[in-house]
Amino acid sequence: MTAPPQTSTSGPRQSGLRATLADLRNASDRHRSLTIVVAMVITTVLMYILPAIPPLSIVQGRGIWYDSFANAGVFVLLAMGLNVVIGMAGLLDLGYAAFFAIGAYAYAYSNSPFSGTDLPFIPMLFVGAAVAGIFGILLGAPTLRLRGDYLAIMTLGFGEIVPIVFLNIDKFTQGTNGIGGIYRPEPLPFLGAFSPNSPFNYFIVMVVIVTITMILLYRLQDSRIGRAWNAIREDELAAAANGINTVTTKLLAFSLGATTSGLAGVFNASKLTIVSPDQFLFTVSFTVLAMVILGGMGNIWGVAVGAFIVYNIQAVFLKSINGVLETIGVPDFTLPIVNLHVDLAKVPFVDYQFLLYGVALVLMMLLRPEGLFPNQRRRQELHIAEEFEGGEGVETAGGMGAAPGGGETGGTL
Amino acid sequence: MTSLASPASPARPLGRGLRFGGLAIAAIVLYTLALWLALPGQTGLTSQQAFPVAIQQTVNALSIGAIYALIALGYTMVYGIIELINFAHGDIFMVGAFMAIVFIGGIMGQSGPVDNIPFLIILIGGALLFTMPIIGILNVSIERLVYRPLRNAPRLAPLITAIGVSFILQNVALVVAGSGDRRAPQVFPLSWQINVGGASISVLSIFIFALALTLMIGLQLFIGRTRLGRAMRATAQDREAASLMGVDQNQTIALTFLLGGMLAAAAGLVWGLRFGFVRQDLGFNSGLKAFTSAVLGGIGNITGAAIGGFVIGFIENFASALGYSRWSEFLVFMVLTLVLIFKPSGLFGQATGDRA
Repeated sequence: MTAPPQTSTSGPRQSGLRATLADLRNASDRHRSLTIVVAMVITTVLMYILPAIPPLSIVQGRGIWYDSFANAGVFVLLAMGLNVVIGMAGLLDLGYAAFFAIGAYAYAYSNSPFSGTDLPFIPMLFVGAAVAGIFGILLGAPTLRLRGDYLAIMTLGFGEIVPIVFLNIDKFTQGTNGIGGIYRPEPLPFLGAFSPNSPFNYFIVMVVIVTITMILLYRLQDSRIGRAWNAIREDELAAAANGINTVTTKLLAFSLGATTSGLAGVFNASKLTIVSPDQFLFTVSFTVLAMVILGGMGNIWGVAVGAFIVYNIQAVFLKSINGVLETIGVPDFTLPIVNLHVDLAKVPFVDYQFLLYGVALVLMMLLRPEGLFPNQRRRQELHIAEEFEGGEGVETAGGMGAAPGGGETGGTL
Repeated sequence: MTSLASPASPARPLGRGLRFGGLAIAAIVLYTLALWLALPGQTGLTSQQAFPVAIQQTVNALSIGAIYALIALGYTMVYGIIELINFAHGDIFMVGAFMAIVFIGGIMGQSGPVDNIPFLIILIGGALLFTMPIIGILNVSIERLVYRPLRNAPRLAPLITAIGVSFILQNVALVVAGSGDRRAPQVFPLSWQINVGGASISVLSIFIFALALTLMIGLQLFIGRTRLGRAMRATAQDREAASLMGVDQNQTIALTFLLGGMLAAAAGLVWGLRFGFVRQDLGFNSGLKAFTSAVLGGIGNITGAAIGGFVIGFIENFASALGYSRWSEFLVFMVLTLVLIFKPSGLFGQATGDRA
């Protein structure tokens, strides 16, 4: 994926390759939607070809790769949606999986033997997304009036409760068993029917959904609303003073995040053909959060790439690493002092994924809070505190809310 | 009410304490009566059979409430001082529970309940002396390593870090102890029971309640009467002003984490004794309930958090006594929602400024 850059370069004209690159950047800034489409087409072609040739083809078959890519797309959607909430509006949503669940159950109700209805897939994408969005408004409206931390804990609670409710109202949801046998989407022109053996259809549909979502989100980011989110995130009081209705604007971000999550839920339900409460535990919200943080809060394409990479690490790399190690034949060894027997091929790497995410989150926050692919504006915000701290003794040290030195006189005059 | 942020200490503490104790007893009696009235309709017991059950359940509610209250204190103190929802606090409690059962299991081995009272006192006392400092120091180290560098960062950063720490603790416990329940040894003999109104109340429940109460009073006295406690209150009220008056910020914040960790460790020990198992995901749920307690009592308010813990214990117990234990989490969440909508400052909190 090529990046539509955040800032355009200006200044003295450079020559040769640099100038061409600068021109390209300016062009992609001016035609952002076109850039996204071109980037997605290139990515799709790569994702189509690469699984057929060695490094990837050794790990797993072609069909399975397309399947993985389609699943990764679900997380790309989730991450882009959560990015609106966390990255753009600066709200912490810890119950994101709840809206994913609501979208998935909405589709399960409309398309399964359990309910006896079989509604078309594409309209249901919007319906499921809308239902999730409405729940987002219901949850957000009371809480967004309060200070930010309360939203975190409310969403955490909500994310915890939704699977429990789906579990408990077993008359309507079949409890732990979940709703199974969900009908697959209608056949696509040229590509034929959806089936577990041809994941390519899901892959293509996902690419289209991600592309459209990305275009919409970029346009939103550059709009009046996007700027309002920036303003609220940076200083809510100042934003309110400038005439932004902070509650409505935050609510919009929150429910838009929920809507995207619901959309992903519908797709996921149609792909898995079963929904059950244990698919939507806190670990899902946490995984998506880790994706957003790693990718770079506020940077749409960065978050998408982050989600894609993290998903593939989790679902492909960690799963196949044991098999690969066994094939290569890594010898097992015993650590001398503690007398611990280590057989790398039998270490359950998959079980350690959340430990890795936890460590990654903490390290990112401490060392590189702007993520791997930072948004320039967000980076500056996240490093403001350091500037204050670094500027001790300089005039800035007297600024508001800056580090109250070391208790005693901090060397100020 | 002793709030971390309120400077005034009660004028006549004993009188207030007595009045407060009276109110608490009245609330407990009311709860028992309410349960007694509600039980026959739901469970088909006669009202005569329901009475001992109601007493029994009240005692259960008090012991689970004591656990929530102890955890909630840690949330509320940390929030009062640095305005951080320490998501990892529930997991600190979980690690404390693990430590406690490792200690008790290590000393008792596979032997059954201890009916030798001096040995029992030594065992429990030793477990407290062992786990409380360790967990307190663990909490302080976490603060030192990951929260302190982010003290002046945007609010989102420490919150996300806390979530990360919570996951690290949980998954380290998973790797070390494996998934599933770890059984805790039965320390108190099951036969140790006191008969009250036809209900048999275990000595363990009384012990739990007494221990929690002692710790809470100790904390109150510490915060209300000592120099360090005053430093904590000053910091909670206005960090910058306190620091200008010569209060060491880092030391005070570390102290807060130390106290919170120690109380969580005690709660962990009590959990192990009471429920007989420990699991790595224990902290998440209990943490959420304890946080709800802290919000209910008015976050930043010490007494409020303790009372909130008991109230949540009662609510949860009421649901499970009437056969709706599956819905207890839902109920607690509804309480959280309603409190936040209608009285975000909690039952005993002062309204705080709405800083974004």
